[in-house]
Amino acid sequence: MIGRHRHLIGLEELDRGEILQVLQLAASMKEVLRRPLKKVPTLRGKAVVNLFFEASTRTRSSFETAAKILSADALNWTAAGSSVSKGETLVDTARNLEAMRPDVLVIRHAASGAPRLVAERVGCAVVNAGDGAHEHPSQGLLDAFTLAEHFTRAAGGGPEAAPDFGLLAGKTVAIVGDVSHSRVARSGLHCLPKLGAKVRVCGPPTMIPAGIERMGAEVHHALPDAVKGADAVMMLRIQHERIGDPLIPGTREYSKFWGLNARKAEEWLSPGACILHPGPINRGVELAPEVADGPRSVILDQVQNGVAVRMAVLYLLAGGGEAHV
Amino acid sequence: MSELLFIEGGRVIDPSGGVDGLRTVVVRDGRIAEVAERVERPREARVIDARGRWVTPGFVDLHVHLREPGQEYKETVATGARAAVAGGFTTVAAMANTSPVNDNASVTELVLARAAAAGLARVRPVGCVSRGQKGEELAEYGELKAAGCVALSDDGRPVASPALMRRALEYARAFDLPVAVHEEDPSLAGKWAMHEGAAATRMGLKGMPAQAESAMVWRDVELAELTGGRLHLQHLSTAGSVRALREAKRRGLRVTGEAAPHHLALTDEDLARAGYDTSWKMNPPLRSAEDRRAVQEALADGTIDCVATDHAPHSAVEKDLEFDAAANGIVGLETAFAVCLGLVRQGLLSERRLVEALTAAPARAFGLAAGTLAPGAPADVAVLDPAAEWRVEPERFHSKGRHSPWKGAALTGRCTHTLVDGRLVHGS
Ligand SMILES: [Zn+2]
Repeated sequence: MIGRHRHLIGLEELDRGEILQVLQLAASMKEVLRRPLKKVPTLRGKAVVNLFFEASTRTRSSFETAAKILSADALNWTAAGSSVSKGETLVDTARNLEAMRPDVLVIRHAASGAPRLVAERVGCAVVNAGDGAHEHPSQGLLDAFTLAEHFTRAAGGGPEAAPDFGLLAGKTVAIVGDVSHSRVARSGLHCLPKLGAKVRVCGPPTMIPAGIERMGAEVHHALPDAVKGADAVMMLRIQHERIGDPLIPGTREYSKFWGLNARKAEEWLSPGACILHPGPINRGVELAPEVADGPRSVILDQVQNGVAVRMAVLYLLAGGGEAHV
Repeated sequence: MSELLFIEGGRVIDPSGGVDGLRTVVVRDGRIAEVAERVERPREARVIDARGRWVTPGFVDLHVHLREPGQEYKETVATGARAAVAGGFTTVAAMANTSPVNDNASVTELVLARAAAAGLARVRPVGCVSRGQKGEELAEYGELKAAGCVALSDDGRPVASPALMRRALEYARAFDLPVAVHEEDPSLAGKWAMHEGAAATRMGLKGMPAQAESAMVWRDVELAELTGGRLHLQHLSTAGSVRALREAKRRGLRVTGEAAPHHLALTDEDLARAGYDTSWKMNPPLRSAEDRRAVQEALADGTIDCVATDHAPHSAVEKDLEFDAAANGIVGLETAFAVCLGLVRQGLLSERRLVEALTAAPARAFGLAAGTLAPGAPADVAVLDPAAEWRVEPERFHSKGRHSPWKGAALTGRCTHTLVDGRLVHGS
């Protein structure tokens, strides 16, 4: 259980205390990742099924790694070549998988709401690993974790200091890119304000969805304004299929007005501001390689923290026994 | 020996005759004999005790999908007609998007034959605007009218081509048929799952802007002016559409409009609260609170002529899916009265106007001899208990459709008796 919740469908449903419950446990999980022997018996005998209807090597292997470190059995089930292509419905598929008696079902699906539909029909815990343009809660949590870690280091904590989540209060995070199609942006908008941070969103008007300000976002269309004074900048991936949608005329113009390179970063960003990206990066489109690999980038921390956060989520939802981690 | 039925003690509301008060309705041989305050009742007369009830003309629904021929697993003419009379509807206009579509006399005749066999509500078929509902050529309106069609509609899909719409309005004048349209600009609407707005943004669902509807309404108002044709605007759901209809009426054009109970009662934020429940998915989608307010006001002031359910049953095959993948459409015949009565209780609509919008007004829009208790008219009557509290249990619907956003809800107001041609087809 995460607070009152059997499932992790979205961060919209989680309150501040529940978000902190996961983040604090993730901090302990991160200790495990620093050990030479990265394995604990916490979830021995538990089964985690990764049910991915959309290709995503990164998220899937992050959940898989998290499960394995906790000694759970992880099974990957991808939609390609499966019964789904033969017309089996999502509900059928979920019920068939449930017959395998998993403790946690991790679902990635192109349709918003799909994990919730499954959660209503199965007995096990369901984790949303990204549904359409709705939410990607574990990403939202790992982003918050990474930001707290960055702010803790900036405040003088050592490289292995435990993140102080209180430091998110009063900070400003700018999310830049195709917000309309981004579940990462939505999960960020549901999470960061609950931890006291302000969120700005920025992109061409065609990529800013109707009513996003009702989610607490401050809307910008000019990148220099959006990043001015921000403590962190999250660059979203531009998906090539959006070009000609027609949301933008092309990547060249996009990159010129909404992409970040080293020169713009130095000119427009606050000195201590960090840069996040949910990956995979379109290098040279939203982010120039020298920025992605540069000193402000916390992108690799995001990857590692992703494993720690997902360990915490699996632990809480699989009902892990003794809390010795 | 004539057959006599007295409906006694009820409050008779018949806007077609300006009646509202305690009256007795006398039915002789299937027709209304008289509606009067004091009538001597002969011994042999049968009686319906309507004390505490409303007695109104049987309701007229200009927009139902009965699915037959072709999709009998979703609904048949008989089950749809059964649901209709259970909801107080005695006349329903059956949309043409069956399989095959109703673009020729043989389909029209089949629907009428099934309706006659069922012997419940009067089913008035609606023929296609375009052959095969393909939006390319005109269907044969003369043949359709001769076979029994009362209007033309490609509902289920919009008439995308302005040139075809122009010719349809023009050509239909030869047969004095209204052209009923589902207004949605397909290009502007795109692939969508709900109304475009803050709720869709939060849910991560693709939105359809309100303007995809109102832009088409404005186009067709202009075409109604160009052609002098009879235009009927189906299931209006946005403030912009209401503005266009108001303007059309100001210009004196032959334009009428309908609104569905769900657009009058619910919003996109209600859908968001229900989660991704496909019993809340229909076309047009539930709109914003401002749109709902505009539609409510337009119904109250008569800009929107009538209530029509857009009863659109589906099976679990189309509905037990991801929200994106599920079919549009919900059932409405058995909940419409109670839902609309809710608007009356909220002070948004007068009782008389509600009854008019369910009876005389829709009859007028399609030119149907229905929706009245005038002496000599067929005795199509609804007896309604405005205080009856009940819980919506879709498994108990007479319709085969089970998808209703009011599933599990407590509603007030229910039809207790329905007469068609003086025959009791619902209640006892
Ligand atoms: Zn329609």
